[in-house]
Amino acid sequence: MEIIAEHGTVFLGIAIIFGLYMTWGIGANDVANVMGTSVGSGAITVMTAIIIAAIFEFAGAALAGGHVTKTIRKGIIDPSPIVNNPEILVFGMLAALLAAAVWLMIASTRGWPVSTTHSIVGAVVGFAIAGIGVDAVQWGKIGQIVASWVLSPVLGGTVAFILMISIRRLILNTDNPFLSAKRWGPAYVFLVGFVISLVTLFKGLKHLELELSVPMSFLVAAIIGLVIAAIGWAMINRVRIDEAANKDYHFASVEKVFVPMMIFTACAMAFAHGSNDVANGVGPLAAVYGLVESGGEVAQTSALPLWILMLGGFGIVVGLATFGYRVMRTIGTRITELTPTRGFSATMAAAATVVLASRTGMPVSTTHIAVGAVMGVGLARGIGALDLRVIGGIVVSWIATLPIGGILAALFFFTLKGIFT
Amino acid sequence: MVKPSTLTSLFGRSPFKPMQEHIGVAARCAAQVPELFEALSAGDQERVVSIKDRIYELEQEADDIKNELRAHLPKSLFLPVDRRDLLEVLDMQDSIADTAQDIAGLLFERPMEVPEKLKDPLLALTHRCVDACDQAVKIIGELDELVETGFRGRESDRVSEMVAELNKIETDTDEMGTELTRRLFAQEDEMKPVSVMFWYELIQWIGDLADYAEKVGNRLRLLLAR
Repeated sequence: MEIIAEHGTVFLGIAIIFGLYMTWGIGANDVANVMGTSVGSGAITVMTAIIIAAIFEFAGAALAGGHVTKTIRKGIIDPSPIVNNPEILVFGMLAALLAAAVWLMIASTRGWPVSTTHSIVGAVVGFAIAGIGVDAVQWGKIGQIVASWVLSPVLGGTVAFILMISIRRLILNTDNPFLSAKRWGPAYVFLVGFVISLVTLFKGLKHLELELSVPMSFLVAAIIGLVIAAIGWAMINRVRIDEAANKDYHFASVEKVFVPMMIFTACAMAFAHGSNDVANGVGPLAAVYGLVESGGEVAQTSALPLWILMLGGFGIVVGLATFGYRVMRTIGTRITELTPTRGFSATMAAAATVVLASRTGMPVSTTHIAVGAVMGVGLARGIGALDLRVIGGIVVSWIATLPIGGILAALFFFTLKGIFT
Repeated sequence: MVKPSTLTSLFGRSPFKPMQEHIGVAARCAAQVPELFEALSAGDQERVVSIKDRIYELEQEADDIKNELRAHLPKSLFLPVDRRDLLEVLDMQDSIADTAQDIAGLLFERPMEVPEKLKDPLLALTHRCVDACDQAVKIIGELDELVETGFRGRESDRVSEMVAELNKIETDTDEMGTELTRRLFAQEDEMKPVSVMFWYELIQWIGDLADYAEKVGNRLRLLLAR
């Protein structure tokens, strides 16, 4: 107790610095994957992607980031054995943050497909085992989280597959694909707005003190969907048929209809990423804050302050602006296979899956879900060539990240403990 | 140093653009063949040589594209079509360029004279064979659209029709080739026996241009969903 009272401000300061470092890393490395399907399809420029990401990552973090943050903060560890030594939890959360950030830095300089989410979960578990004991880990919850890592890319892929098939049925495989695209385009835009806002608003947003009943959630989501669809409709209407481009590629004009539509999925994707991944950085920070504020109350029930989520959003935006745009630039030139229809299917599916996972508090990997969604489009025979070695890399990174994140966290934990006690 | 992101490394090099480039070059080889026989009829051996050189160059270019494509088609790639079927289409495309090269090679190695009575039907046959190759180019050009529609639906019907058209052109060339061969044999007594043999061979080869073009179409049809 005395340790927290004595060094409380220092701990909080370190937590803020580590949290910012972690979210900066997410913005620098992760966002390129998030916006990749949009930039790669040529629907939006790198500059537009950065602006969209800055706004919607932030919004996603602030509006829908609470659930996953709670899981990282309280869902993984049962702190009851250390009620009398709350400083252990402080050291542990700081160690976990630092471990995840360091591991991510190593992995990203090597180009390994490591997930920020997996790193932080592995680090928190590692600290819990080393610092408290094997029983302190809520293994049931960990089982759920790990299952969600496998399920979420599959779900993203399935949704992308269905979307791609539906676009073919309703638009591409008709007498006049261009007119069909114009007719159905707003419906797809509606779907984007409706699904994302429904999942986000479902039963209200507690930390914003916004209480909504289930039918109210549906109503508000439908209204938001309609408003967005109307904007989409106005944008789609301005698309004209391009005879010259059609000669070379019959679906060139159809693809042009999907370009404005992709702006909405790009926003949705940035929002989804903000809602899930910001927790990786600010979850431990929130835990430290809670402990310091309550003077060492381990089982604190205090609500998550909004400024912490906003801080996370801020870190991501800074990472994006300082480094992320460089990674993003390489994407536009490398992914030429994603036409707007394919990019739309993949991005929409990934965004919906991530937001759904965020809502249920599951910390998932946005990048892996995006990979799953692109695979779904590929399974619909929609992509020229997919390199399956990436899947192998992802599986290896899963297996490696948990123990390495854990061991690093344990090391940092004992170091911090040694310094302050 | 910016490392490629996970998403970027998911995308392999699509084989379809190089496939289209390849048949474009192969068809350009075939398109030289009528000119080759025009030069030969005019007795302009210098032009024959320069056209032969151009065909050899184009054939080399086609080979390069083919090898590059094969090298970048490892088994770890997930393609919307069967890899082996695709490589067979490529082989057929390459045979067009090879055949044009064989024809040019023979005309260069053995100075031949075009019998007066064969001139017009011979040129007509070469032009019709070039038509077949051009049709194959158009069909392979539909690969982008086929990927977009998942190799099924209306687009796949369209391609089937184009293949049917190609088959018709090939049937034309068969008939023209038969007629030309009959004419050749009708005047075999007036020609050197060895010349007759080589002209017979050449007519077969010219016909092969259309045969391989047809096979490109037929093999491609195997890729369509049924």
